[in-house]
Amino acid sequence: MKFTLSWLKDHLDTTASLAEIVEALTRVGLEVETVEDASAKYKGFVVARVIEARQHPNADRLRVCMVDAGGGPVQVVCGAPNARTGMKSVFSPVGTYIPGKKITLAKGVIRGVESNGMLCSAAELELSNDHDGIIDLPEDAPVGAPYATYAGLDDPVIDVALTPNRPDATGVAGIARDLAAAGLGRLKTQAQAAIAGGFDCPTAVKLEFSADGAKLCPAFALRLVRGVANGPSPEWVQKRLRAIGLRPINALVDVTNYITFDRGRPLHVFDLAKVSGALSVRRARAGESVLALDGKSYALDDGMVVIADAKGVESIAGIMGGEHSGCDAATRDVLIESALWDPSNIAATGRKLGIVTDARYRFERGVDPEFCLPGAELATRMILDICGGEASRLTVAGDPKKPRRVIDFPYSELKRLIGVDIPEDEGMAILARLGFEARAGKVTVPSWRPDIEGKADIVEQIVRIAGLSRVPVTPLPRLNEGVPAAVLTPLQKRTRLAKRTLAALGLREAVTWSFIAKPAAELFGGGKPELALANPIAADLSDMRPSLAPGLIAAAERNARRGFPNVALFEVGQIFLGAGENDQRIAAAAVRRGLAKTRGEGRHWSGGGPVDIYDAKSDALALLASLGVAAGAVQIVPGGPAFLHPGRSATLQFGPKIVAGWFGELHPQALEALDAEGPLVAFEITLDAVPLAKARPTKAKPRLERSEFMPVQRDLAFVVEERAPAGDLLKAALAADRALVVGAEVFDVYRGSGLPEGRKSVAISVTLQPREKTLTDAEIEAVVTKIVAEVEKRTGATLRL
Amino acid sequence: MTDHSALLHETLAAIAQAGDEAALESVRVAALGKKGTISALLATLGKMSPDERRSAGAAINALKDEVSAALDARRVALKSAGLQARLEREALDVSLPVRRAGVETGRIHPISQVLDEITAIFADMGFAIAEGPDIESDDYNFTKLNFPPGHPAREMHDTFFFAPDDKGERKLLRTHTSPVQVRTMLTQKPPIRVICPGRTYRCDADQTHTPMFHQVEGLVIDNSATLANLKWVLEEFCKAFFEVPHVAMRFRPSFFPFTSPSMEVDIQCRRSGGEIRFGEGEDWLEILGCGMVHANVLRNCGLDPDVHQGYAWGMGIDRIAMLKYGLPDLRDFFDADLRWIDHYGFKPLDIPSLAGGLSGS
Repeated sequence: MKFTLSWLKDHLDTTASLAEIVEALTRVGLEVETVEDASAKYKGFVVARVIEARQHPNADRLRVCMVDAGGGPVQVVCGAPNARTGMKSVFSPVGTYIPGKKITLAKGVIRGVESNGMLCSAAELELSNDHDGIIDLPEDAPVGAPYATYAGLDDPVIDVALTPNRPDATGVAGIARDLAAAGLGRLKTQAQAAIAGGFDCPTAVKLEFSADGAKLCPAFALRLVRGVANGPSPEWVQKRLRAIGLRPINALVDVTNYITFDRGRPLHVFDLAKVSGALSVRRARAGESVLALDGKSYALDDGMVVIADAKGVESIAGIMGGEHSGCDAATRDVLIESALWDPSNIAATGRKLGIVTDARYRFERGVDPEFCLPGAELATRMILDICGGEASRLTVAGDPKKPRRVIDFPYSELKRLIGVDIPEDEGMAILARLGFEARAGKVTVPSWRPDIEGKADIVEQIVRIAGLSRVPVTPLPRLNEGVPAAVLTPLQKRTRLAKRTLAALGLREAVTWSFIAKPAAELFGGGKPELALANPIAADLSDMRPSLAPGLIAAAERNARRGFPNVALFEVGQIFLGAGENDQRIAAAAVRRGLAKTRGEGRHWSGGGPVDIYDAKSDALALLASLGVAAGAVQIVPGGPAFLHPGRSATLQFGPKIVAGWFGELHPQALEALDAEGPLVAFEITLDAVPLAKARPTKAKPRLERSEFMPVQRDLAFVVEERAPAGDLLKAALAADRALVVGAEVFDVYRGSGLPEGRKSVAISVTLQPREKTLTDAEIEAVVTKIVAEVEKRTGATLRL
Repeated sequence: MTDHSALLHETLAAIAQAGDEAALESVRVAALGKKGTISALLATLGKMSPDERRSAGAAINALKDEVSAALDARRVALKSAGLQARLEREALDVSLPVRRAGVETGRIHPISQVLDEITAIFADMGFAIAEGPDIESDDYNFTKLNFPPGHPAREMHDTFFFAPDDKGERKLLRTHTSPVQVRTMLTQKPPIRVICPGRTYRCDADQTHTPMFHQVEGLVIDNSATLANLKWVLEEFCKAFFEVPHVAMRFRPSFFPFTSPSMEVDIQCRRSGGEIRFGEGEDWLEILGCGMVHANVLRNCGLDPDVHQGYAWGMGIDRIAMLKYGLPDLRDFFDADLRWIDHYGFKPLDIPSLAGGLSGS
């Protein structure tokens, strides 16, 4: 909402400075976005007369001008072709900031002649793009006068950002009311006396709605002014409209625009000569359309309200008039419309048609019903004053009167909510200045404040005008004395821990979109219709992600394409199994691409190479360990989801039923479908699925059991079928004697010469931990024999001798 | 008295010449071994008279002691030289670069870091962390929060919707974390003190907006919480979060459907270059919206507005992260550019705490 300072002063009798007004506006909730103060911008520019313009002695295209700017003559070198003796123009002395050139003018010597200022073009003042010559002012322009004052540019334009609850502030008068309430002056808006009218309005108005549609147009007032002369509106009207960015059109239209901004009351004018018969206010009919004043044709539907005559739709109610019945220079008889519309219907219609107008802006917020008829009177007055003519009586269909809301308001409510008292007489005075009527614990809300619904809203009015700075800063007492208790849930703790753990493994945390492309979602087990956005912002951000992996893979690929092929990324965040409120999970996932191995990234003299599934497995197990999962508690089942390499993937399970995640190398077809390149490995673990440790009554750790006897290690190599999992050998070795065998590790896997085709050698190291006495050689031998037998029995391996 | 000096000199010379322990050993054997020169001299003592033996014995033993000492000294010298030589052979190139450890290369995203900072502050004030689903009902995201039917936020150009289900109900992606406030009020009895961080979504994408962003809201409900307390909570938070001893805040009246009175809050700052300093300067920067919970919202959540009262606020996690750490472009938050994460991310063990200072070293 824009207005000028002088316009505000039509309604507010004040001695406050611009700065004080701006500060007060923001303080009371009318946030000032910008103040364009042209008198500041054009400081230094004055009207001047060129006493003499003669040819520059050393340059064909330059002139040396002696300028009278109100002081003594000043010499200026000027390049404008139109500089001539006797003309009046705009002069800027040395030291003036030239907005169009973004420089501060300095004294200069041009081709040997001193220049002490500048005669300015319109472009240099940012008034237009015209830089062909200096501004040519009329002969009567007063020499020495500030140019901004002379040109009427010295009326600061204030732009306030209105919150949607303040229709009253869509007019300058309403803004003045708030300022007056805040103590910045006296509200002096004049009430408009009704104009009797000498004859009946010849055009009848019919509200054609069924009972449930009556609220769409509570009232419609119409008046004819006949015999008008519709020329340009007076300069003061045009100047104000231009200042706030509106284009003056003609007096009749300008009056409606003026009142829209002056009072927040949109109006419409029809040229009687172009209206056929009575005006019907009704729902649009399917198939109807209208050519609106913006020159565009709009298809209408029965959710919209129109004003129609015998020939069809003449205007889209409350939004924009029709081209056909608009007023132009030829208009002699004008119908003035001042109506009330249903705010939500106007909003819906405006959105549907994509029309943003000053009328819609006001009607969808809710205009003052009690100003419906005064608005028509004010428009009539202005039209009679500017265009002459003779007014009819006012025709009113419907009833603009609406009962005012009355709210029970015990004054104690103020302190209850804001925590401090503002004296009651002060609070009541504020309400009175805002137009509220308060009596005996009841407050009547003015017709222009449809947003005031309850006690708290009244508290808000008092405190915003009295000043929020008066509310003290009062500590919120702790609920419990003493040291604050822990607040995080187990899953919240896990989420934090997972992030720190994965970062400590050298992975970088990414935050990727919750929505991904549908094919990617489908590839990772998602893509359900219930998880597809009806209005995605882009085709590749259409479906809620079933996994973090697609987003991370895409991120890795982006980095690779930027020249960073070795990428280690993780994310901990939500995945979506369904649209229900319990279908969301927290997952942790990581991808490693290129040479970004767990032991370090990139090529290295100490060795390295492309990522493989053991990197992903290592990340996954490190995460599980940090979440408190005991080693061996998770089962690693070969094979995983279809987007993984079938021979290079595994599922992470807790028992047969709980699938907590997977790790592996991406399936080449999956990578291709994602338009990504490998080598790329990944893991994903659903944090909710990882079983929590049982709660214990104390924080004491279980007793440490440690043997007094040295552990014994024995190395054994087995030859086994190529596909046999090495893990089975370890499991068998551990199972051979659960009391003595406490550890088993693979330290070598060998394939090649010396071995039968299709077989590999797996060398394991087993650790025996005696508990009661040192083992004899014979006892050790016996255990080793048991281990060999168990491994051979369970895996089909044979001891390699 | 026999003169042993020739033998001594000869033996000492041999010891000095021995180049390694093996050579030294042969010198020892030659002198002190069973058939050694000095052993032979000692053997002559037996045949001497006691007087001869007394004088010759002392001389021979002196000779033996001197040779033994020389042997020992030479042995130590040779061992030391050998070790020296081995160490020289074993020298490694310390300039060769090593693998960088995970704790050195890993990074925490600024959003996670800032969330941990926010959590540390509010946990100390007794706030729990409430969370809820990203996919919400229209009822929890709008209706219970006092958004009137037909409110522009309910439109497709502002909010992401899903297709209507069998019952014709259209789920949506929450546009704020306020539905978590609703869920909290519906399931917990006051007093309530929670913050609600999480992902939020709006159909918006330009230089300063992304379709997904992060918000943290706060909610206090009891039977005495006032606007004055709200001011205190926000002021304490801003001081703690921006790690400055003092902040100046400006509360401006504003409007939200779910609060009344409603306010926007600006924080005083000074901008210089790409940096913003808080607690000083002439500029005001809007950082959050807040207000007293609207009576309709309380009623919609089963609370009596004449008994219970409280306040709520909301701010962008991404935004305050940008302000505190000077992150220039929101869009980079979700791009996972390694260079950005390495530069703006946080080290894995920089865990914010009130004791150690939120932003650590």
